[in-house]
Amino acid sequence: MAKRIDVGGLSAYYGAHKAIDDISMTVEPRSVTAFIGPSGCGKSTFLRTLNRMHEVTPGGRVEGKVLLDDENLYGPGVDPVSVRRTVGMVFQRPNPFPTMSIYENVVAGVRLNGGRLRKSDLDATVERSLQGANLWKEVKDRLHKPGAGLSGGQQQRLCIARAIAVEPQVLLMDEPCSALDPISTLAIEDLIGELKERFTIVIVTHNMQQAARVSDRTAFFNLAGVGQPGKLVEIDDTERIFSNPSVQATEDYISGRFG
Amino acid sequence: MDEMDIPTSAASPGGPRAKAAARPGDRIFLGLSRGSGILLLVIMAAIAVFLTVRAAHALAQDHGNFLTTFEWNANTDPPVFGIAVLAFGTVVSSLLAMLLAVPVALGIALFISHYAPRKLAAPLSYVIDLLAAVPSIVYGLWGALFLVPHLGGLYAWLDEYLGWTGILAYHNGAPRSLFTIGILLAIMILPIVTSVSREVFRQVPKMHEEAALALGATRWEVVRMAVLPFGRSGVISASMLGLGRALGETMAVATVLSPSFLISTSLLDPGGGTFAQNIASSFKESGDTGKDALIASGLVLFVLTLLVNGAARMIIARRKEYTA
Repeated sequence: MAKRIDVGGLSAYYGAHKAIDDISMTVEPRSVTAFIGPSGCGKSTFLRTLNRMHEVTPGGRVEGKVLLDDENLYGPGVDPVSVRRTVGMVFQRPNPFPTMSIYENVVAGVRLNGGRLRKSDLDATVERSLQGANLWKEVKDRLHKPGAGLSGGQQQRLCIARAIAVEPQVLLMDEPCSALDPISTLAIEDLIGELKERFTIVIVTHNMQQAARVSDRTAFFNLAGVGQPGKLVEIDDTERIFSNPSVQATEDYISGRFG
Repeated sequence: MDEMDIPTSAASPGGPRAKAAARPGDRIFLGLSRGSGILLLVIMAAIAVFLTVRAAHALAQDHGNFLTTFEWNANTDPPVFGIAVLAFGTVVSSLLAMLLAVPVALGIALFISHYAPRKLAAPLSYVIDLLAAVPSIVYGLWGALFLVPHLGGLYAWLDEYLGWTGILAYHNGAPRSLFTIGILLAIMILPIVTSVSREVFRQVPKMHEEAALALGATRWEVVRMAVLPFGRSGVISASMLGLGRALGETMAVATVLSPSFLISTSLLDPGGGTFAQNIASSFKESGDTGKDALIASGLVLFVLTLLVNGAARMIIARRKEYTA
């Protein structure tokens, strides 16, 4: 179910502009890794290289390698579409398909992956995924109503249900709570704690308390200046990053002295 | 898409405070916008009254059945005329045009908005928009001088493989049939359907497309999951704009069709007619009753267009809770 990610010497570009420079790190399976850092440091870009979403942006390209267990996602002949089926993603703004019902939203990815499916299987997937996203109780009586009718927090959990319905190896979350109120945020954070039993989770967040609360490991990214590429400053156990980081810049950032 | 829903009166939710200070600028603007709204209603009413009165006059003198007579002799005494052939020709040729044009238009629109490299998309859009600006008489001339002489082969082919259906049987004669009109109208409505659909597809929020991509959708699956459903109501509107143009198209049809007051079982047989073409072809030689009869047929076309628009709105409204 959950796989280890090994990133080696990864740089990403937007056209001629280098967005992140030479990043290497390891993400352990069944753990939560948080990316923190000032705006523009490339943490979201880096996250998007982990499921090859970066190259969807016009001019986006990547150098280096990302190993999922032992398979290089950027190896020759690897289809980005199949990468994205193994590495799921949740976005900053909840983005359920507006034209689909809650039920249809959850099975959208399943339908892509495997042709004809029996209704009973789909029903089971919907219930399992919505329960996995702590949303089942709230929506089980209106599965065939539009997903856009839910509250923001519910929509985000619907997106998580949609992402885990295809049983990915890794779940990437790009600031999943930044558009949500504190109560919905708490619901998502609790959910992340449960999901890490089954998935490898990587989360980008601007909220350092959130990183401290949900993650096992934290990576701090920074950039030398405007127009410079972002770099990985350090990655360590979350506890250590927030108590006794080995790099001064990390301590300055988390104690609010800059950024 | 719904420019028509903009309220014409400038009622502001200011309450009693807005009443207290009526600035001259506000008053003038209020008067202007209210006046325009009223003027529009007056013009509409005037047209409706004019059409109805003249049409009623014609109907009173009709010695045939206005709905079922296969004849248009409005200038004889007694006048005998009916719209059956015109209604059939108008509806059939327009539907055929839609059938041919909409799939192609959607393909072009999707290609421009989601597949073509930017360098190709811009000039292609420009050319499509340019096509929409070509006057319809030019299409008519092209149809009569190029399309008609070159359709013989297609007609023979259709007759060979689909002639058994009856509706695509070809029994010689120049290909100046409803089928040719359908092809010509399809080419004419292609640009408008394409450019409206293209704009709608371009407005699909990036985040919906990324949602599909992140689930492992291929480019076509992104289009199917995120782009087409989102653009659905816009595509229906675009098609209705095209249908409206096809229903009312006059000069191109009048140039190409060899009109006759017969309904043939085969679309490939020459003859038939449409409302607009019949008005254009007969108006000059018509006396008073003849003109009134043409106006009555125009009124039917007007109602037909209203019905089509109403149906389109109903289709769009039925899915309203699913639109973002």
